[in-house]
Amino acid sequence: MAEKKEITIMQSVYDKNEEEARKIQAELTNRNIFAINVMGAPGVGKTSSLIQITKRLRPTVKPFVIEGDIEADFDTLTLQKLGIETVQINTNGACHLDSPMIGEAINQLSLEEGILFIENIGNLVCPAEFQIGEHMKMLISTVTEGSDKPYKYPLAFEKADFIILNKCDLIPYLDFDEEFFMRGVRALNKDVPVFKVSARTEEGFDGVVQWILERMNQQ
Amino acid sequence: MCLLVHEYPITQRIIEIAEETAKKNHAKAVKKINLVVGDYSGYVASSIDLYFGIIAEDSLCANATLHIQRVKPKLRCKNCHGLFERKPFSFRCPYCEGEGEPTEIGKEFYIKSIEV
Repeated sequence: MAEKKEITIMQSVYDKNEEEARKIQAELTNRNIFAINVMGAPGVGKTSSLIQITKRLRPTVKPFVIEGDIEADFDTLTLQKLGIETVQINTNGACHLDSPMIGEAINQLSLEEGILFIENIGNLVCPAEFQIGEHMKMLISTVTEGSDKPYKYPLAFEKADFIILNKCDLIPYLDFDEEFFMRGVRALNKDVPVFKVSARTEEGFDGVVQWILERMNQQ
Repeated sequence: MCLLVHEYPITQRIIEIAEETAKKNHAKAVKKINLVVGDYSGYVASSIDLYFGIIAEDSLCANATLHIQRVKPKLRCKNCHGLFERKPFSFRCPYCEGEGEPTEIGKEFYIKSIEV
Protein backbone atom coordinates (compact mmCIF):
# COMPACT_ATOMS: atom_id res chain seq x y z
CA MET A 1 0.00 0.00 0.00
CA ALA A 2 1.46 3.31 -1.06
CA GLU A 3 2.11 5.95 1.53
CA LYS A 4 0.05 9.07 1.89
CA LYS A 5 1.59 12.09 0.18
CA GLU A 6 0.38 15.68 0.55
CA ILE A 7 0.74 17.98 -2.45
CA THR A 8 0.43 21.70 -1.83
CA ILE A 9 -1.74 23.48 -4.40
CA MET A 10 -2.86 26.89 -3.02
CA GLN A 11 -4.91 27.58 -6.13
CA SER A 12 -7.97 29.79 -6.25
CA VAL A 13 -11.07 27.98 -7.46
CA TYR A 14 -12.35 31.19 -9.08
CA ASP A 15 -9.35 31.13 -11.42
CA LYS A 16 -11.13 30.29 -14.69
CA ASN A 17 -13.81 32.96 -14.36
CA GLU A 18 -11.26 35.60 -13.37
CA GLU A 19 -8.93 34.73 -16.21
CA GLU A 20 -11.78 35.03 -18.70
CA ALA A 21 -12.91 38.32 -17.09
CA ARG A 22 -9.44 39.81 -17.63
CA LYS A 23 -9.50 38.78 -21.30
CA ILE A 24 -12.95 40.30 -21.84
CA GLN A 25 -11.96 43.54 -20.14
CA ALA A 26 -8.83 43.83 -22.30
CA GLU A 27 -10.85 43.18 -25.45
CA LEU A 28 -13.46 45.80 -24.50
CA THR A 29 -10.80 48.37 -23.64
CA ASN A 30 -9.25 47.65 -27.00
CA ARG A 31 -12.55 48.43 -28.72
CA ASN A 32 -12.92 51.67 -26.70
CA ILE A 33 -15.79 50.23 -24.73
CA PHE A 34 -16.30 51.19 -21.11
CA ALA A 35 -18.21 48.39 -19.39
CA ILE A 36 -20.46 48.76 -16.35
CA ASN A 37 -21.80 45.79 -14.39
CA VAL A 38 -25.28 46.80 -13.21
CA MET A 39 -26.29 45.04 -10.01
CA GLY A 40 -29.35 45.19 -7.78
CA ALA A 41 -32.21 43.15 -6.34
CA PRO A 42 -35.24 42.34 -8.54
CA GLY A 43 -37.49 45.36 -9.01
CA VAL A 44 -35.04 48.11 -8.00
CA GLY A 45 -35.37 49.67 -11.45
CA LYS A 46 -32.24 48.49 -13.21
CA THR A 47 -33.77 48.77 -16.68
CA SER A 48 -35.68 51.99 -15.84
CA SER A 49 -32.43 53.54 -14.64
CA LEU A 50 -30.64 52.42 -17.80
CA ILE A 51 -33.35 54.10 -19.86
CA GLN A 52 -32.70 57.37 -18.01
CA ILE A 53 -28.92 57.06 -18.29
CA THR A 54 -28.83 56.08 -21.96
CA LYS A 55 -31.25 58.87 -22.84
CA ARG A 56 -28.69 61.36 -21.47
CA LEU A 57 -25.71 59.69 -23.14
CA ARG A 58 -27.10 59.70 -26.65
CA PRO A 59 -26.27 60.78 -29.25
CA THR A 60 -22.78 61.76 -28.02
CA VAL A 61 -21.94 58.37 -26.50
CA LYS A 62 -23.33 55.14 -27.91
CA PRO A 63 -24.84 52.78 -25.32
CA PHE A 64 -24.95 49.00 -25.64
CA VAL A 65 -26.75 46.65 -23.26
CA ILE A 66 -26.42 43.01 -22.29
CA GLU A 67 -29.59 42.04 -20.44
CA GLY A 68 -29.30 39.19 -17.97
CA ASP A 69 -32.46 37.46 -16.83
CA ILE A 70 -33.28 34.00 -15.61
CA GLU A 71 -36.10 33.91 -18.15
CA ALA A 72 -38.02 36.28 -20.49
CA ASP A 73 -36.91 39.16 -22.68
CA PHE A 74 -39.24 42.05 -21.74
CA ASP A 75 -36.40 44.42 -20.87
CA THR A 76 -34.49 43.66 -24.05
CA LEU A 77 -37.57 44.41 -26.16
CA THR A 78 -38.16 47.68 -24.27
CA LEU A 79 -34.56 48.82 -24.86
CA GLN A 80 -34.53 47.70 -28.49
CA LYS A 81 -37.72 49.70 -29.12
CA LEU A 82 -35.80 52.73 -27.87
CA GLY A 83 -33.14 52.02 -30.48
CA ILE A 84 -30.53 50.67 -28.07
CA GLU A 85 -28.47 47.76 -29.33
CA THR A 86 -29.31 45.08 -26.75
CA VAL A 87 -28.66 41.39 -26.50
CA GLN A 88 -30.43 39.02 -24.10
CA ILE A 89 -28.85 36.34 -21.93
CA ASN A 90 -31.24 33.88 -20.31
CA THR A 91 -29.50 31.88 -17.63
CA ASN A 92 -32.39 29.41 -17.17
CA GLY A 93 -31.93 29.28 -13.43
CA ALA A 94 -28.43 30.58 -12.77
CA CYS A 95 -28.42 33.35 -10.16
CA HIS A 96 -25.67 35.55 -11.67
CA LEU A 97 -23.84 36.21 -14.93
CA ASP A 98 -20.33 34.84 -15.35
CA SER A 99 -17.47 35.60 -17.72
CA PRO A 100 -18.06 32.81 -20.27
CA MET A 101 -21.65 34.07 -20.78
CA ILE A 102 -20.39 37.61 -21.39
CA GLY A 103 -17.64 36.31 -23.68
CA GLU A 104 -20.34 34.87 -25.95
CA ALA A 105 -22.71 37.82 -25.72
CA ILE A 106 -20.16 40.48 -26.72
CA ASN A 107 -19.72 38.71 -30.04
CA GLN A 108 -23.36 39.44 -30.83
CA LEU A 109 -22.97 43.21 -30.49
CA SER A 110 -21.26 45.62 -32.88
CA LEU A 111 -19.15 46.97 -30.04
CA GLU A 112 -17.00 49.93 -30.86
CA GLU A 113 -16.58 53.09 -28.87
CA GLY A 114 -19.25 53.60 -26.26
CA ILE A 115 -20.55 52.29 -22.98
CA LEU A 116 -21.65 48.71 -22.45
CA PHE A 117 -24.10 48.20 -19.60
CA ILE A 118 -24.30 44.61 -18.42
CA GLU A 119 -27.53 44.26 -16.49
CA ASN A 120 -26.93 41.40 -14.10
CA ILE A 121 -29.58 39.01 -12.74
CA GLY A 122 -31.84 40.68 -10.15
CA ASN A 123 -30.08 39.47 -7.02
CA LEU A 124 -28.29 41.36 -4.26
CA VAL A 125 -25.98 38.47 -3.41
CA CYS A 126 -24.29 36.42 -6.12
CA PRO A 127 -23.52 39.02 -8.86
CA ALA A 128 -21.16 40.85 -6.48
CA GLU A 129 -18.91 37.79 -6.31
CA PHE A 130 -18.08 37.50 -9.99
CA GLN A 131 -15.92 39.66 -12.23
CA ILE A 132 -17.40 39.63 -15.73
CA GLY A 133 -14.97 41.89 -17.58
CA GLU A 134 -16.43 45.18 -16.39
CA HIS A 135 -14.53 48.40 -15.68
CA MET A 136 -16.96 49.48 -12.96
CA LYS A 137 -19.73 48.05 -10.82
CA MET A 138 -22.90 50.11 -10.37
CA LEU A 139 -25.24 49.10 -7.56
CA ILE A 140 -28.87 50.15 -7.57
CA SER A 141 -30.53 50.20 -4.18
CA THR A 142 -33.93 51.69 -3.35
CA VAL A 143 -35.65 53.44 -0.49
CA THR A 144 -38.44 50.85 -0.71
CA GLU A 145 -36.08 47.98 0.12
CA GLY A 146 -35.36 49.47 3.53
CA SER A 147 -32.34 51.15 5.08
CA ASP A 148 -30.83 47.95 6.48
CA LYS A 149 -29.63 46.58 3.13
CA PRO A 150 -25.91 47.49 3.50
CA TYR A 151 -25.87 45.59 6.79
CA LYS A 152 -27.65 42.55 5.37
CA TYR A 153 -25.93 42.33 1.98
CA PRO A 154 -22.52 43.85 2.67
CA LEU A 155 -20.57 42.47 -0.28
CA ALA A 156 -22.65 44.22 -2.95
CA PHE A 157 -22.15 47.57 -1.17
CA GLU A 158 -18.48 46.91 -0.57
CA LYS A 159 -17.75 46.07 -4.21
CA ALA A 160 -19.77 48.90 -5.82
CA ASP A 161 -17.86 51.70 -7.57
CA PHE A 162 -20.96 53.87 -7.39
CA ILE A 163 -24.42 53.51 -5.93
CA ILE A 164 -27.75 54.78 -7.18
CA LEU A 165 -30.46 55.11 -4.56
CA ASN A 166 -33.61 54.90 -6.64
CA LYS A 167 -37.30 55.68 -5.98
CA CYS A 168 -36.40 58.70 -3.84
CA ASP A 169 -39.69 60.34 -4.87
CA LEU A 170 -41.34 57.87 -2.46
CA ILE A 171 -39.38 58.96 0.64
CA PRO A 172 -42.32 60.99 2.07
CA TYR A 173 -44.43 57.83 2.18
CA LEU A 174 -41.83 55.52 3.74
CA ASP A 175 -39.83 55.07 6.94
CA PHE A 176 -36.50 55.03 5.14
CA ASP A 177 -33.72 55.94 7.61
CA GLU A 178 -31.17 57.61 5.35
CA GLU A 179 -28.65 58.24 8.13
CA PHE A 180 -28.63 54.52 9.09
CA PHE A 181 -28.37 53.50 5.42
CA MET A 182 -25.46 55.86 4.76
CA ARG A 183 -23.63 54.81 7.93
CA GLY A 184 -23.71 51.21 6.66
CA VAL A 185 -22.60 52.24 3.17
CA ARG A 186 -19.70 54.34 4.53
CA ALA A 187 -18.47 51.58 6.85
CA LEU A 188 -18.23 49.21 3.88
CA ASN A 189 -17.08 51.59 1.17
CA LYS A 190 -15.97 54.91 2.57
CA ASP A 191 -15.62 57.01 -0.59
CA VAL A 192 -18.27 55.48 -2.88
CA PRO A 193 -20.47 58.11 -4.56
CA VAL A 194 -24.17 57.70 -3.79
CA PHE A 195 -26.68 59.36 -6.12
CA LYS A 196 -30.27 59.90 -5.03
CA VAL A 197 -32.51 59.47 -8.04
CA SER A 198 -35.99 58.64 -9.20
CA ALA A 199 -36.37 56.88 -12.54
CA ARG A 200 -40.08 57.77 -12.43
CA THR A 201 -39.66 61.54 -12.00
CA GLU A 202 -36.28 61.40 -13.86
CA GLU A 203 -34.60 63.39 -11.07
CA GLY A 204 -30.92 62.94 -10.22
CA PHE A 205 -29.69 61.24 -13.39
CA ASP A 206 -27.78 64.22 -14.81
CA GLY A 207 -25.27 63.85 -11.96
CA VAL A 208 -24.99 60.10 -12.51
CA VAL A 209 -24.25 60.49 -16.21
CA GLN A 210 -21.74 63.28 -15.65
CA TRP A 211 -19.89 61.11 -13.12
CA ILE A 212 -19.87 58.05 -15.45
CA LEU A 213 -18.46 60.15 -18.29
CA GLU A 214 -15.74 61.58 -16.06
CA ARG A 215 -14.72 58.10 -14.94
CA MET A 216 -14.79 56.81 -18.51
CA ASN A 217 -12.51 59.60 -19.67
CA GLN A 218 -10.05 58.80 -16.89
CA GLN A 219 -9.68 55.21 -18.11
CA MET B 1 -32.23 27.11 -7.61
CA CYS B 2 -29.36 29.33 -6.55
CA LEU B 3 -27.71 26.42 -4.76
CA LEU B 4 -28.11 24.07 -7.66
CA VAL B 5 -26.41 26.26 -10.21
CA HIS B 6 -24.11 28.20 -7.93
CA GLU B 7 -22.13 25.49 -6.13
CA TYR B 8 -22.35 22.78 -8.77
CA PRO B 9 -19.91 24.20 -11.37
CA ILE B 10 -17.45 25.29 -8.70
CA THR B 11 -17.44 21.80 -7.18
CA GLN B 12 -16.70 20.46 -10.64
CA ARG B 13 -13.76 22.85 -10.88
CA ILE B 14 -12.41 21.66 -7.50
CA ILE B 15 -12.44 18.06 -8.72
CA GLU B 16 -10.81 19.10 -12.00
CA ILE B 17 -7.92 20.87 -10.22
CA ALA B 18 -7.43 17.92 -7.85
CA GLU B 19 -7.39 15.44 -10.75
CA GLU B 20 -4.94 17.52 -12.79
CA THR B 21 -2.60 17.73 -9.81
CA ALA B 22 -2.88 14.01 -9.08
CA LYS B 23 -2.12 13.11 -12.71
CA LYS B 24 0.90 15.43 -12.79
CA ASN B 25 2.19 13.61 -9.73
CA HIS B 26 1.50 10.17 -11.21
CA ALA B 27 -1.02 9.34 -8.49
CA LYS B 28 -3.82 6.87 -9.17
CA ALA B 29 -6.30 8.33 -6.73
CA VAL B 30 -6.95 11.39 -4.59
CA LYS B 31 -7.46 10.50 -0.91
CA LYS B 32 -8.24 13.91 0.50
CA ILE B 33 -8.83 17.46 -0.71
CA ASN B 34 -8.09 20.31 1.70
CA LEU B 35 -10.24 23.25 0.73
CA VAL B 36 -10.38 26.67 2.40
CA VAL B 37 -13.75 28.46 2.19
CA GLY B 38 -14.42 31.86 3.73
CA ASP B 39 -17.99 32.50 4.85
CA TYR B 40 -18.03 35.59 2.57
CA SER B 41 -16.61 33.73 -0.43
CA GLY B 42 -20.15 33.39 -1.73
CA TYR B 43 -20.04 29.61 -1.57
CA VAL B 44 -21.78 27.46 0.99
CA ALA B 45 -19.43 24.82 2.36
CA SER B 46 -22.21 22.29 3.05
CA SER B 47 -23.53 22.57 -0.52
CA ILE B 48 -20.09 21.95 -1.99
CA ASP B 49 -19.86 18.90 0.24
CA LEU B 50 -23.27 17.72 -0.97
CA TYR B 51 -22.35 17.93 -4.66
CA PHE B 52 -18.88 16.56 -4.15
CA GLY B 53 -20.05 12.99 -3.64
CA ILE B 54 -22.22 13.10 -6.76
CA ILE B 55 -19.72 14.75 -9.12
CA ALA B 56 -16.65 12.87 -7.87
CA GLU B 57 -18.00 9.49 -9.04
CA ASP B 58 -15.99 8.19 -11.99
CA SER B 59 -13.11 10.56 -11.24
CA LEU B 60 -9.81 10.13 -9.46
CA CYS B 61 -11.57 11.75 -6.49
CA ALA B 62 -14.25 9.03 -6.21
CA ASN B 63 -13.04 7.85 -2.82
CA ALA B 64 -11.60 11.14 -1.62
CA THR B 65 -12.75 12.93 1.50
CA LEU B 66 -13.33 16.63 1.23
CA HIS B 67 -11.98 18.56 4.17
CA ILE B 68 -13.34 22.09 4.30
CA GLN B 69 -11.69 24.65 6.55
CA ARG B 70 -14.15 27.50 7.03
CA VAL B 71 -12.96 31.04 7.71
CA LYS B 72 -15.08 33.57 9.61
CA PRO B 73 -15.07 37.08 8.08
CA LYS B 74 -13.28 39.76 10.05
CA LEU B 75 -13.39 43.54 10.00
CA ARG B 76 -10.43 45.77 10.78
CA CYS B 77 -11.00 48.76 13.06
CA LYS B 78 -10.14 52.06 11.35
CA ASN B 79 -9.09 53.45 14.72
CA CYS B 80 -7.15 50.77 16.66
CA HIS B 81 -6.59 48.41 13.64
CA GLY B 82 -7.80 45.44 15.69
CA LEU B 83 -9.46 42.55 13.83
CA PHE B 84 -12.88 41.43 14.96
CA GLU B 85 -15.98 39.51 13.89
CA ARG B 86 -18.97 41.65 13.02
CA LYS B 87 -22.10 41.70 15.15
CA PRO B 88 -25.36 41.86 13.15
CA PHE B 89 -26.39 45.42 12.19
CA SER B 90 -23.15 46.88 13.45
CA PHE B 91 -19.61 47.63 12.32
CA ARG B 92 -18.53 48.74 15.80
CA CYS B 93 -15.15 47.64 17.16
CA PRO B 94 -15.47 45.72 20.46
CA TYR B 95 -12.09 47.01 21.69
CA CYS B 96 -12.28 50.75 21.20
CA GLU B 97 -15.82 51.48 19.89
CA GLY B 98 -14.28 52.63 16.58
CA GLU B 99 -15.69 51.61 13.19
CA GLY B 100 -14.57 48.51 11.32
CA GLU B 101 -13.99 48.19 7.58
CA PRO B 102 -14.01 45.03 5.45
CA THR B 103 -10.87 42.94 4.99
CA GLU B 104 -10.07 39.99 2.76
CA ILE B 105 -10.41 37.65 5.75
CA GLY B 106 -13.47 35.50 5.13
CA LYS B 107 -13.40 35.78 1.32
CA GLU B 108 -10.94 32.90 0.80
CA PHE B 109 -11.76 30.18 -1.67
CA TYR B 110 -8.87 27.96 -2.65
CA ILE B 111 -7.54 24.43 -2.64
CA LYS B 112 -4.77 24.29 -0.07
CA SER B 113 -3.52 20.80 -0.86
CA ILE B 114 -4.50 17.29 -1.82
CA GLU B 115 -3.39 13.97 -0.38
CA VAL B 116 -2.74 11.15 -2.82
